Amino acid sequence: MIWELDFIILTLVIFSGIAAITVKDLLSAAILFGAYSFMMCLLWAIMGAVDVAFTEATVGAGVSTVFFVAAVFHTTRNSKD
Amino acid sequence: MRVIGLLIVIAFGSLLRYGVFFFPEWGDPASPASLHVSPHYIEEATAETAVPNLVTAVLADYRGYDTMFETTVIFAAGLACFMLLRVLQRQVPECRLYRHIPTGITLRIEKGGKLPTESGSFERIDANWVPHDLIIKTTARFITPFLQIFALYVIAHGHHSPGGGFQGGVILGAAIIMFAISYDLRRSIQRIGEQATAVLGSAGVLIYAGTGVLCMVLGADFLNYSALAGLMGVDPVMARSHSMLIVEIGVGVAVSAVMVWIYYNLSSAGRHDEGL
Repeated sequence: MIWELDFIILTLVIFSGIAAITVKDLLSAAILFGAYSFMMCLLWAIMGAVDVAFTEATVGAGVSTVFFVAAVFHTTRNSKD
Repeated sequence: MRVIGLLIVIAFGSLLRYGVFFFPEWGDPASPASLHVSPHYIEEATAETAVPNLVTAVLADYRGYDTMFETTVIFAAGLACFMLLRVLQRQVPECRLYRHIPTGITLRIEKGGKLPTESGSFERIDANWVPHDLIIKTTARFITPFLQIFALYVIAHGHHSPGGGFQGGVILGAAIIMFAISYDLRRSIQRIGEQATAVLGSAGVLIYAGTGVLCMVLGADFLNYSALAGLMGVDPVMARSHSMLIVEIGVGVAVSAVMVWIYYNLSSAGRHDEGL
């Protein structure tokens, strides 16, 4: 484990996590969540859990981002209530 | 209200942080998890199951019961999306858009208007999303077969390298979803229909559970694969290895079909007509 690399990725994980819940636009939140998943995937790979990293990359960063975007596609910018 | 919420979050956050202090160190060989069953898995798994990838051996054999219900959870998620979103009565949309392919002119036909015949010179396009990009379509068409082959490799090679049913199934589903995004939803549904995804999704779970039931029929415990040795004509160790492949294929089939099924329902809000 290289601690500098670990530190950079952990910082990115925290920042993208905070950004994903604070940002107003839902589409941006979905993309940020994908970035968060990708950084988590790198962390798993660094820690040696390659199977988990693979799952995180396919499910977290791949398909779930598509599902989020597909769901956001059916929302409107201003809520009706 | 916000202040109370913040206080609750801080209180529970510090409680969790306090709990973390009692965790064993990362990679500590004296931690309870490393003392009980882990040494057995690490030392004996290759001899007992003939599978070099330890993770697959634990996932599909030692903890096979757990993985079976994970697959069931995925299937239940697909079923939940279907139950919540699917609109079963056919609604005629307000207007339909058609593109005249030779000239590129778009026709807008209101409800009740005469629709163009399916002659091949018109193509139906979505009302709010018009992806007409040659580069995207060509790239997606070019990548899809490689993606599918890679998915099959990941499923079949899960014994020896990272991967397995879940990852391979998701990649296989993602290949179909990519096709649906780069072309349109209707064309994807024409090729892999909703019924096919539902049937394949349940078939995958049935393959997994059926393997377990077969072991029971042959007199062993549920999901004790060594009972299948006589049926396969190999020794019990190889029977466990081969059965893991069968189970992984079941997981892959279920996961890929359910991913596509969820995408169909989510992207078109259950109408299966116009979507992302």
